[in-house]
Amino acid sequence: MSQKYRYRRTIPSSEITPEAVYHSRRQFMVGTAALSAAALLAACGAPSGAPDDGTPPPPGAEGQAGTAVPTFTPAPDDLTSEQDILSYNNFYEFTVEKETVAEKAAGFVTSPWEVAVGGLVRQPGVYDIATLKQQFEPEERVYRLRCVEGWSMVIPWLGFPLHKLLETVEPLPEAQYVHFETLYDPARLPGQNSDWYEWPYVEGLRLDEAMHDLTLLATGLYGKDLPPQNGAPIRLVVPWKYGFKSIKSIVKIDLVTEPPETLWMKASPEEYGFYANVNPDVPHPRWSQATERRLGELRRRKTLLFNGYEAEVAHLYEGMDLQENF
Amino acid sequence: MKEKRPFPASLQLIFHLLAWLPVLWLLWGFWQDQLGLNPVRTITLRTGKTALIFLLLSLTVTPLYLLFDWKWVYRFRRPLGLYAFLYAALHLLTFVGLDYGFDWALVGDAIQNNRYTLVGLTAFLILLPLALTSAKRSKAWLGPKWWKWLHRWSYLAAGIAVLHYALLVRQYYTQPIIFAVILAALLGVRLFMALVKKRYALG
Repeated sequence: MSQKYRYRRTIPSSEITPEAVYHSRRQFMVGTAALSAAALLAACGAPSGAPDDGTPPPPGAEGQAGTAVPTFTPAPDDLTSEQDILSYNNFYEFTVEKETVAEKAAGFVTSPWEVAVGGLVRQPGVYDIATLKQQFEPEERVYRLRCVEGWSMVIPWLGFPLHKLLETVEPLPEAQYVHFETLYDPARLPGQNSDWYEWPYVEGLRLDEAMHDLTLLATGLYGKDLPPQNGAPIRLVVPWKYGFKSIKSIVKIDLVTEPPETLWMKASPEEYGFYANVNPDVPHPRWSQATERRLGELRRRKTLLFNGYEAEVAHLYEGMDLQENF
Repeated sequence: MKEKRPFPASLQLIFHLLAWLPVLWLLWGFWQDQLGLNPVRTITLRTGKTALIFLLLSLTVTPLYLLFDWKWVYRFRRPLGLYAFLYAALHLLTFVGLDYGFDWALVGDAIQNNRYTLVGLTAFLILLPLALTSAKRSKAWLGPKWWKWLHRWSYLAAGIAVLHYALLVRQYYTQPIIFAVILAALLGVRLFMALVKKRYALG
């Protein structure tokens, strides 16, 4: 019955506190102990100001340039091992076999790399990946990742909140949605030769979702640059939505007026909706979403509403029928 | 008169060893931690696919006889069918035990919401009476006509098993389609030969 207890365990918002941040930070530092502080800073591209000794950031430091921003900790969850994160991937541009993606993606060149940010914005721009990392200081964020297929991980990302980039390009008032696109290059991404899907991979967010502080543009994990199989050099991470929303290897971000029609919506509109919020009470038409298997664990866990980020994001969907807007 | 000679025991042994190989391979993989990062999923997929392959192999026996007049292949029909059932049972046990930890509330939720679970369970429930009546005694007890009628349900079970597979993939239907084409060919040969026979009988 201890198992039952574990299934019912949810993460109260009270646990998402500076104290928990501190513990997770320590845990993260232990996890990357092999990494020298210098290497960590180098990987971040710019001095992050993160205290090397694991002390919590000073109160009120949140969001200030050059200071550490708290990790959104998924305490009491444990980090998934780096090996698992690097070896179990859904990245159909390479192959549909999760444990073969790393091998197939090994030679993928991600430098030079540019991200074009445009559409309904005042200051469109083409950003070089190095510039992006320099301009928007990467932070460490530990998030749960829940795949629509029913497995999950806990990943220490490095990245910056998408809203920082969006604020820089200044969305016009009529911009309502954000459209993301993965690189289209079938010679380098052989999976794009498959006719099962309409390439390139397209994803989308409502503007308020995109502006939410949890929404991350990740450039690294476990203190290192993203490897190709995890979406190098830059990917989206939206921790309260199913993993497929977190589009990889992004080359284009456009502000638009209508919800983008995503690759999965085109492939199977009755199965994959625009929102794709993690919700144990809304089954996929072909399978239950009530439980998940955390990589590295044998028993299933209960899936949490909004993947456990209910306190942070539920207000975005107030008054909406989540069954209808799946 | 080659086919009347008793089948060499060594060949029988090789056949059964081959049939148990997927189980041994899984056990070895489990022992050596070679089942990948999601071992439960690997065990589920491998036992399921092995069951499907054995089911299709058991349905290959009659076409081989019809096309090539190889009577000896019938020796393998019953063991192939029983191995199909064995792997289907291991597959079901993996789902209920390893995957859902015999938590019947969760299993119930899965059966209710996972379309492929319900479909797979249907295929298993069809195979169950076939496995139970596979002995020669059962054939005598049922009578050849009813026994044949009952065991023809294996065609439906195979079709449902392929559907079960197709229902769990995300749009990338290549493998389920391969199994579906093979099954269609195996059933097609039966239909074609039956039509030919009928025509000859009439003509």
